[in-house]
Amino acid sequence: MPGGARRRLLGWFSRHPRLQLLALLVPPAGWFGLVYYGSLALLLVSAFWTLDPTTHQVLHQFSLANLQKLVTESVYPTIALRTTVIAAIVTVADAVIAFPIAFYMARVASPRTRAALAVAVLLPLWASYLVRVYAWRVILSDSGLVDWAFAQLGIANVGSLFGISDLSMTIVFIYLWLPYMILPIFAGLERIPASYLEASADLGGRPWTTFRRIILPLAIPALAAGSIFTFSLTLGDYITPSLVSNSQFIGNVIVGELGVAGDIPFAAAFAMVPIAIMAVYLLTVRRLGAFEAL
Amino acid sequence: MRAAAARVGLRVATGLTVAFLYLPIAVIALYAFNGDRGQTWPITNFSLQWFGDAFNNQSVRDAMVLSVSIATLAMLAAIILGTAASLAVHRYRFFGRDIVSFALVLPIALPGIITGIALNAAFRGIGLGLGTLTIVIGHATFCVVVVYNNVIARLRRSSSSLEEASADLGADQLQTFRYVTLPVIRTALLAGALLAFALSFDEIIVTYFVAGTQETIPIWIYDHLHQPNQRPIVNVVALFVILLSTIPVYISQRLVGAEATAGAATGASARR
Amino acid sequence: MNNRRWAALVAATAILASACSGTATTPPAATGTPANSVAPPTTVASGTPAASAGPSLPTSVGAGEGELDLVIWPGYAEDGSNDPHYNWVKPFQDATGCKVNAKTADTSDDMYNLMTQNHGLYDGVSASGDASNRLIGAGEIAPINVNLIPDYVNISPFLQSPAHNTVNGVHYGISLGWGANFLMYNTKDFTTAPTSWASVFDPTQAAAVKGKITDYAGPIYIADAALYLKSAQPALGITDPYELTQPQFDAAVALLKAQQPFVGKYWASYTDEIDNFEAGTSTIGTAWQYQANTITADGKVKIATVVPTEGVTGWADTWMMSAYAKHPNCMYLWMAWALKPDTQVQSAEYFGEAPANPLACPKLDAVYGPYGIKDFCTIYHAQDTAFYNAVAFWKTPSADCGDSRGKTCVDYSKWIDAYTSVKG
Repeated sequence: MPGGARRRLLGWFSRHPRLQLLALLVPPAGWFGLVYYGSLALLLVSAFWTLDPTTHQVLHQFSLANLQKLVTESVYPTIALRTTVIAAIVTVADAVIAFPIAFYMARVASPRTRAALAVAVLLPLWASYLVRVYAWRVILSDSGLVDWAFAQLGIANVGSLFGISDLSMTIVFIYLWLPYMILPIFAGLERIPASYLEASADLGGRPWTTFRRIILPLAIPALAAGSIFTFSLTLGDYITPSLVSNSQFIGNVIVGELGVAGDIPFAAAFAMVPIAIMAVYLLTVRRLGAFEAL
Repeated sequence: MRAAAARVGLRVATGLTVAFLYLPIAVIALYAFNGDRGQTWPITNFSLQWFGDAFNNQSVRDAMVLSVSIATLAMLAAIILGTAASLAVHRYRFFGRDIVSFALVLPIALPGIITGIALNAAFRGIGLGLGTLTIVIGHATFCVVVVYNNVIARLRRSSSSLEEASADLGADQLQTFRYVTLPVIRTALLAGALLAFALSFDEIIVTYFVAGTQETIPIWIYDHLHQPNQRPIVNVVALFVILLSTIPVYISQRLVGAEATAGAATGASARR
Repeated sequence: MNNRRWAALVAATAILASACSGTATTPPAATGTPANSVAPPTTVASGTPAASAGPSLPTSVGAGEGELDLVIWPGYAEDGSNDPHYNWVKPFQDATGCKVNAKTADTSDDMYNLMTQNHGLYDGVSASGDASNRLIGAGEIAPINVNLIPDYVNISPFLQSPAHNTVNGVHYGISLGWGANFLMYNTKDFTTAPTSWASVFDPTQAAAVKGKITDYAGPIYIADAALYLKSAQPALGITDPYELTQPQFDAAVALLKAQQPFVGKYWASYTDEIDNFEAGTSTIGTAWQYQANTITADGKVKIATVVPTEGVTGWADTWMMSAYAKHPNCMYLWMAWALKPDTQVQSAEYFGEAPANPLACPKLDAVYGPYGIKDFCTIYHAQDTAFYNAVAFWKTPSADCGDSRGKTCVDYSKWIDAYTSVKG
């Protein structure tokens, strides 16, 4: 009897919760363990290999040559520092810009407006990232939209402030990742019970005090969650820097070493820099409760 | 008084932010009509020809079909793996439970280029030819967390008493899942799945490293953006993709509201 | 299109050695073992099959096998889907019954990997300068009988047996087209035409156009600096801008570092350069004829190109057949088709390059399609032997200088590191 067999099997199964757990856990754990973490481990290991200078073959021998090169040649620390600093600037700017709109959506707007704004914030993300960066080039170039608009007001040469520069790149990054900051903050603010704010007001708290003492602390996990995205996305990008600035990011070096030079070990070694930065960053924001706010 | 002023301030800030978000989109829409090959301001020649060119372009259609297939497969894998992981974490206590969310989040939190080169090296290492399969594997890896986050958030908010009642009434595991658990997580699952789909659909960096010769829509755009002849067509395609993507975004918004958008934030970020 | 080719030309030998050591080293007997007594890059020599007797070549082309799988730079196999004016694939399919599947490659490394890691998957490749010799050296390419390509005799004499596809008199493919890297400038900012690369490299002259100079973004651009130094600083004794001893190399890199503060934009794709010139962000820098034509056609700014007195660098492409081709007849038919004047008209105009077959020139000069320009072949120097000979064509720098200096030259992997430090 198939029905009976099924029942017996499931009955036996239900008496062995460990097996149920295994059945649930093995597929995702296997997938991530093998595919993702396996690959990542391989990458880390290959950072300690080198490329034979004459044959261009990867030598599978332990060597610190790549790490040494990263530290001793000043250009690599410079690039890593530039990447990290700009990622930090972008993150702070996004947090500042995102907070008002997120607050408006969560606490002021009618449900209808809120839904419309949520969609409005989300939609630009589905427009191709590349096409949006190219659109920014039109806006920020020397004789671009911004320059043209100011020229109409009689202010000349505004475009040359932007053009191809680190400033333009920072603006584009702020733009690109802004929704990733707005949405978690919005979700975080929405979860704050209205009674907290009422209680604060009842106790004589002024709006600013309520904001500073109640809202901001409660929004910290959401801010931290959003910052994971803005920070890591900037840290890992290489297309935007090459399109709107002259600066090299960590990603540009990795892509060059990998695609042009075929030097996988050195690319892997440099990849350890953003991995290390992100590991520290994640451990920090985890303590702020970022993972619960994701 | 001050509250009213603050309200006005908030409204203005919100308006400006939305304008900031849509300025480039407007530029894209405008340049879909650009008659010139170079993309500089202002447009001097307008043309409608790119719309016809885009829709008659076989390579666009092929890329579209490929992207939809890959997104569908990656979404299915993400549903299965993400649901399983969330049920395991929600129902059981086990060694390493605390790091599951960390482990699933990492593919998003680490820059896409690292996931890309790691998978690329691994696939080459084991001799797996780059192509549709490797893209699906790569995409599923960062899509799982979207489903996981949505489902586990729903499970945490729902009571487990229904499942216990179901078991007490003699339902077996599959029946309980089918008739009790699934209805509870259904909308969250759907929202997560749609986001996983959209996520895969527009991903480029990981795809670039694991695609081999396959051309998804973002890769097609990447290839053709470099060709001045093709750029207006790219703008048309991008516009079309934005319009298309309103559908899943709208549906998920209707289904789960704020929860979906929160999940979307997590999800969308994996695309980089 | 060309941006890919540029990337290709830039690409290094690095991956190949590992790639070729992992591949089977014996090509199918039918295609013969490539005669390879030339000095290929030393890095690939280990994987090269032992050279022995000359190749046995087919003497006729049989019926097509019904399919043809190609690895191409985007723009080399147009079927009208990008622009209905440019369609040489569909007529080929109709004429031969060979269905064309074209895979575009990003870089020479991509191309090399596609050809070496998928034996039997691809029949042919549109390999560029350096990649072609790497592929020959690795035994990946079948020698061909040029007599089976009717238009071979019509090809510009200097492209019939060039070093990048003909080794010891054995033909490993058929030239397709080529181009040079000119000095392009905005005529509004340069009322008198510049005549030297000093306009961008000399510190005082560069300072005058600070922020408006554009350079190509890639290690191979070090060769352009070396080409300038070859004339500007004869004491360095530079003979070949790709074969540089350490002092020569250091001088070229130092020149680029000194120039860096004056450079407004390093362009990675030619679209970048077109945008930047049209927007006024760039006013002078290295460019292909293609950019010049596009900018002229758009008419937003006025530009001109010159061949500076120091000469120019450039690139050249070849259709090559895989030693493991499953559809060799279709590949022969394709090569014959690609060299026909009418095909050359379309591919040269669409791609923006000098055609290998000058019989295409009358139609090109009279403007064929939307990307055409008047006097095409004159503008592209298509039949200009002296010009061709003066171009320093891209090749991969290797430690082996290729002359009496022996292995004292700077290898390409060092070029990459040095270039990273140039941009900072």
